[in-house]
Amino acid sequence: MSIAPPRFESVEIPEAATRSEDYLWTLNFGPQHPATHTTLRLVLKLEGERVVDALPEMGYLHSGFEKIGEHLTYNQYVTVTDRMNYISPMANNVAWHHAVETLLGIELTPRCKVIRTIIAELARISDHLLCNGAVGLDTGAFTFFLYAFYQREVIYDIFETLCGARFTNSYTRVGGLSQDMTPLVIEKIRSFVKTFPKTIDDMERLLTRNRIFVDRTKGVGVLSTEEAISRGATGPVARASGVTRDLRRDEPYLAYADYDFQICCASAGDCYARYLVRMQEMRESLKIVAQALENIPEGPINVGIDQRTALPTKQQVYSTIEGTISHFELSMSNRGFEVPCEESYAAIEAPNGELGFYLAGDGNETAYRARCRPPSVLHYALFPHLIRGHTLSDVVAVLGSLNIIAAELDR
Amino acid sequence: MAVSDAGKLQLPENVVVSRLDSLANWCRKNSLWPMPFATACCGIELMATGASKHDLSRFGAEVFRFSPRQCDLMIVAGRVVMKMLPVLQRIWLQMHEPKWCISMGACASTGGVFDTYAVVQGIDRFIPVDMYVPGCPPRPEQLIQAIIDLQDKIQREGTITGREFETAGRQARKRALVEIAEPLSIDASRNPILQRELAADSASPAGRS
Amino acid sequence: MPSTPPSVDDVLAALAEQFGDLPSSVFRGQTRVVVPESASHEVLSFLKERGFDLLVDISCVDYLDYRESPMEMAACAGHRYGLVYLLASTATNQRLTIRVFVDDPEPTVRSVVSLWKAANWLEREVWDLFGIRFAGHPDLRRLVMPEEFTAHPLRKDYPLQGRGERHNFPVITRHES
Repeated sequence: MSIAPPRFESVEIPEAATRSEDYLWTLNFGPQHPATHTTLRLVLKLEGERVVDALPEMGYLHSGFEKIGEHLTYNQYVTVTDRMNYISPMANNVAWHHAVETLLGIELTPRCKVIRTIIAELARISDHLLCNGAVGLDTGAFTFFLYAFYQREVIYDIFETLCGARFTNSYTRVGGLSQDMTPLVIEKIRSFVKTFPKTIDDMERLLTRNRIFVDRTKGVGVLSTEEAISRGATGPVARASGVTRDLRRDEPYLAYADYDFQICCASAGDCYARYLVRMQEMRESLKIVAQALENIPEGPINVGIDQRTALPTKQQVYSTIEGTISHFELSMSNRGFEVPCEESYAAIEAPNGELGFYLAGDGNETAYRARCRPPSVLHYALFPHLIRGHTLSDVVAVLGSLNIIAAELDR
Repeated sequence: MAVSDAGKLQLPENVVVSRLDSLANWCRKNSLWPMPFATACCGIELMATGASKHDLSRFGAEVFRFSPRQCDLMIVAGRVVMKMLPVLQRIWLQMHEPKWCISMGACASTGGVFDTYAVVQGIDRFIPVDMYVPGCPPRPEQLIQAIIDLQDKIQREGTITGREFETAGRQARKRALVEIAEPLSIDASRNPILQRELAADSASPAGRS
Repeated sequence: MPSTPPSVDDVLAALAEQFGDLPSSVFRGQTRVVVPESASHEVLSFLKERGFDLLVDISCVDYLDYRESPMEMAACAGHRYGLVYLLASTATNQRLTIRVFVDDPEPTVRSVVSLWKAANWLEREVWDLFGIRFAGHPDLRRLVMPEEFTAHPLRKDYPLQGRGERHNFPVITRHES
């Protein structure tokens, strides 16, 4: 097998470009290139240094996530979602089980809702840190990247204390969580909430008004509001273009309705606006974490025995008949829990945009079809539109600001 | 230089005698330049290994270069899928000798949890691998351990002439011990390299040495 | 569970007025409307005019060995592929799911790239993984699988481990490289 040659016939090329077609040259960018971060491939058509057209190609990390979702149970598949957007695995865990619980019609306990909200927001912070750090790295600000990565290590440490894995967490379960949040974790998050604003101030001082950075990102890769909606952009990319859509406010799930936070939007729609939106969203996420942390309700983290999805506690198994039966049935391979023969879609506001799962249940513990709606695919499809007319050095700035994660892109 | 009474060679100050092989190995093992072939989650841990907290430069292997021409250690971090494998092979062939390969993580070593139609079930089926790192993803400490082990391996087995890489010669000697009545029929239709060899064999009637 | 989304009764009424009676159902607050393949493009363009400006997703389900008829809809029983169009409105936050059922051989629907540009890659992905053709698509190539791949891997009659395509590469040995 060889790398397929690029095909340009079917791509619209602006009229001005077709006239000087003879002078264009083709540059292959990726799939193994440091600035693509992961495995993306771009075939660029250049006129001098100016990009006339770009042909993005994907699939260099397609591993059949959706097919494997048809063979793993609803609890097992959470390990696979970790490896989907590996910049913020916790957000994927929450999204997956949010979709499963929608299909099953499970109402979570208040404590579980709040804990999930906290970890989803911490995941958002770590995602935005890496994304903005990488934009800084690609435009030449290495120190900024180190600041960002250091804070990511702090969040890794929190997650490791929480569930034992620093990176691929697999923390959620159907109807609950794998472990409860201990006072030590709360203490660690509390100290993170205290120290993080100073770091983010430092980061903003480093980059936000840095002349080189502003020159390289302002006015580059402009996306208008109409185009953003028509091309299906969501999340920070859409909000930087003036689309005021955020599922945390528009379709409040988990405990978001209880907290006070702002939706961060910008109207410019360029790389700089996307950077600013992400910086501001980190502050808002921190606000949510701070509010949630001080009011975590007492009570169980898993749903009750009557829901028949989460394993009962040892206390219940040994002292009540319902607990024993429930434990026995859940452990038997031919029983498990009841899933309706129905289909549903549920999405959360993941750090990258709307991350949803369309699930078809057929009565088994395994999904009949587990479709993931990844924000990265639609954002990567934006790329040719954003880069036309800019220079080759802007390619990395635009790619970085879209925050395309190949594993989520290709699945 | 002088010869002592007992007939032994005596060395002046600051002179060390060694075998040329071990001197070359000592140089090679402490100046590994990794080529990060990072495709998925393991790539993020690879970044963490190189970053400040774990600091790979303590072991003389921090000079990450993205051009295969400059590197002698390929770290394959993450799953390799059907569309990516030709790229991986091409990059491996572009690297200069002597070169080594670390397969980082369960996916690169065996396919990991992704036993699906698109994922290559272990890169060692298609390119040579020197060191496997288990874990999904491995912690940075594990990767550092793998690099230390690889350095040991280089120090122990390496030769300045690269004899340790000539596996075909070794295997040919092993094969000679077994009497084969008639030549094995090998299906070479899928393997261009094998086809080339077979063509070369038939061209020279004496066969390969 | 998320809060109940805004009601789409007004849209359903308008649809009924325009296109006659279309079977619909509600599950967990989500309204699904089944549209015959011949009318899919008209219905979707009508909905776009009515404010569903965001195409969230296009996907497909292969009902080859589904236990029961999909979604309690007897009308759709027996069909093999069910396309899913997830629509949303950025102004009112309404959501609507449109189902279109197609069958072998040559499953084909009309492309909606002219309505939503987002449909371009989503339709290519469905073509790649399910082999459903989108008539009028400007660039219907495989999206994630290699060009020379012949099967459509998300169909139910394609095995999880594939048919050996993943082993079909030349081997580079230590001696040769």
